[in-house]
Amino acid sequence: MSDEPLLRVEDLRVEFPTEDGVVHALDGVSYELRAGATLGIVGESGSGKTVLSLTTMGLTRGLRARISGSIGLEGRDLLALSERQMQAVRGNDIAMIFQDPMSSLHPLFRIGDQLAEAVRAHRKASRGEARARAVALLEMAALPDPERQALSYPHELSGGMRQRAMIAMALANEPKLLIADEPTTALDVTVQAQILALLSRLQRELGMAMVIITHDLAVVAEVAQEIAVMYAGRIVESAPAGQIFSQPEHPYTWGLLQSIPTLEGSRSERLVPIAGAPPSLIDRPSGCHFHPRCPYAKPDHARIDPPLEAVVGEPGHRVACLLAADERRRIWTGMR
Amino acid sequence: MTRYIVRRLLWGALLLVLVSALTFVLFRVLPTGDPARLRAGRSASPKVIAAIRVDLGLNRSLPEQFWLYMKGIFLHFNLGYSYYSSASVRSLIADRLPATISLTLGAAAIWLAAGLAVGIVSAVRRRSKLDRAAMGTALVLISAPEYWLGLIALYLFATDIGRLRILPGAGSYVGLTSDPGKWLTSLILPWLVLAATNAAVYARLIRGSLIEVMGEDYIRTARAKGLSERRVVLRHGLRSAINPVMTILGLDIGVLLGGAVLVETVFEIPGIGRLNYDAITHSDFPIVQGTVLVAALFIIVANIVVDVAYAYMDPRVRVS
Repeated sequence: MSDEPLLRVEDLRVEFPTEDGVVHALDGVSYELRAGATLGIVGESGSGKTVLSLTTMGLTRGLRARISGSIGLEGRDLLALSERQMQAVRGNDIAMIFQDPMSSLHPLFRIGDQLAEAVRAHRKASRGEARARAVALLEMAALPDPERQALSYPHELSGGMRQRAMIAMALANEPKLLIADEPTTALDVTVQAQILALLSRLQRELGMAMVIITHDLAVVAEVAQEIAVMYAGRIVESAPAGQIFSQPEHPYTWGLLQSIPTLEGSRSERLVPIAGAPPSLIDRPSGCHFHPRCPYAKPDHARIDPPLEAVVGEPGHRVACLLAADERRRIWTGMR
Repeated sequence: MTRYIVRRLLWGALLLVLVSALTFVLFRVLPTGDPARLRAGRSASPKVIAAIRVDLGLNRSLPEQFWLYMKGIFLHFNLGYSYYSSASVRSLIADRLPATISLTLGAAAIWLAAGLAVGIVSAVRRRSKLDRAAMGTALVLISAPEYWLGLIALYLFATDIGRLRILPGAGSYVGLTSDPGKWLTSLILPWLVLAATNAAVYARLIRGSLIEVMGEDYIRTARAKGLSERRVVLRHGLRSAINPVMTILGLDIGVLLGGAVLVETVFEIPGIGRLNYDAITHSDFPIVQGTVLVAALFIIVANIVVDVAYAYMDPRVRVS
């Protein structure tokens, strides 16, 4: 059992039939996550990262989505569970926090009641017990004056405090896995760091695994051990965090890294944006989906679909790129 | 909050004064016929008319009449006397009020319950056959005039003229205190007719409101907690979706308490609406004036109640 990962996603495909055509939101995504580990999933909007997390929660089921593949949580395939069984998993084994803490909390219920409801959804507790637990959770999430905040409404709290309340709510039943979808995007920069530090601390204390989804590599640099880069519904590169930053293999990852400002860089150094826009998931480019935006693409890259393959000599590093390994290395070295 | 309520009440009172002034202008100043002549009946001698004129205070100057009229209303709750029966308008209205209240509140309970049930099911099963059928029926009911529905209902079900004689028809109304059983059965048809159109409006309203709310981020959060879909819809969804509906419900009830003229007329229910209708056909202006004022009072009060209730239902409103 010990080498069985906590979460094993295999060949996950999610398609949404729409009036304009089929949206291929996820196209054969596979990854594993060990208990207590942190995975960062990075990609632009429209890369499928949110669909990935919602599907893991079983929240894309009602949307007439066509879902195939498997999502194994401790060996149990979540996609095979009934809706009722999935309800018992949501908020209990897997919990999730969302991007915008203002719109993600119910505006008409008190914070404490919303937390108590999360407690009572999965365990037998009296109203009073659940309320006491809610206050304890708020305190654990380092919300000042938790007794009072439990009685307040979401609009009475600042953005950072609301996200702390959301985190407290997600942890109500001490989940094995926490999925954080852009947890800091809607917050001020100073608050972002506090929230990330809070997530790391709680992760250590509770021993839970975490998936942090973001468009910003800098966010996961500190907290994630593994990073997966998504593009057009696929993972195009995944590696231990250090390798993503020191030896990235995919031209798209290079683009992401070059668009992060650094303190060391001179002021005259310009940030390099990735040319072009993310592709439509209805009508995706042929071959390598990234080829229209890739400065190194060769003619046959529009034809050949690159598989996600292990990088020779770097354990745990996988990339889906048609460029030869030594050519990639040369380009990256030249870029730095 | 208290200050807010007091301010609203003061504004309400001012509004009522303005409405009173307006009815005075409508019925005394504009040429609506000479009250003394109306009261005196046909072929009355000029002398009698002059006596009545003095009796009604019509020989005084307009400002003086206005002052006496306003003083009567606001200090003595005196709404004047019927030209025909000489009965006090206040007591006439008080006699008719229970019937109108019975009709309005009963119908409101029915249309709210029906509107909620249909609206929720339609929203949850959006674009299903059930939804389409429900919304199609709603559209028909919204388009159907109340008096037409009323006549159809009487033709089908009334014990006197109906095809299926199962429910008391027109003119069967009995007060609640004199016979609760008969009161209930006599009101079933009028309730259903009055509720039908509103139930359709409310079903569409609740459906639309709930569909919008179900797309909110906090609904996704509720699902992510592992709550059952029933609880997500009925507690988290409906709690938000119901607010705009309650606002409209308050106003609708306020309007109907001022008299459900069409339904009261079709079913011959002795309510405010029927009183008003009869008064208009007989040019009995004091009664018309009184019912207009009472209707205005209900609408103003309903507005205040709705606003205060809204503040209690939505904590975000309370702050601002």
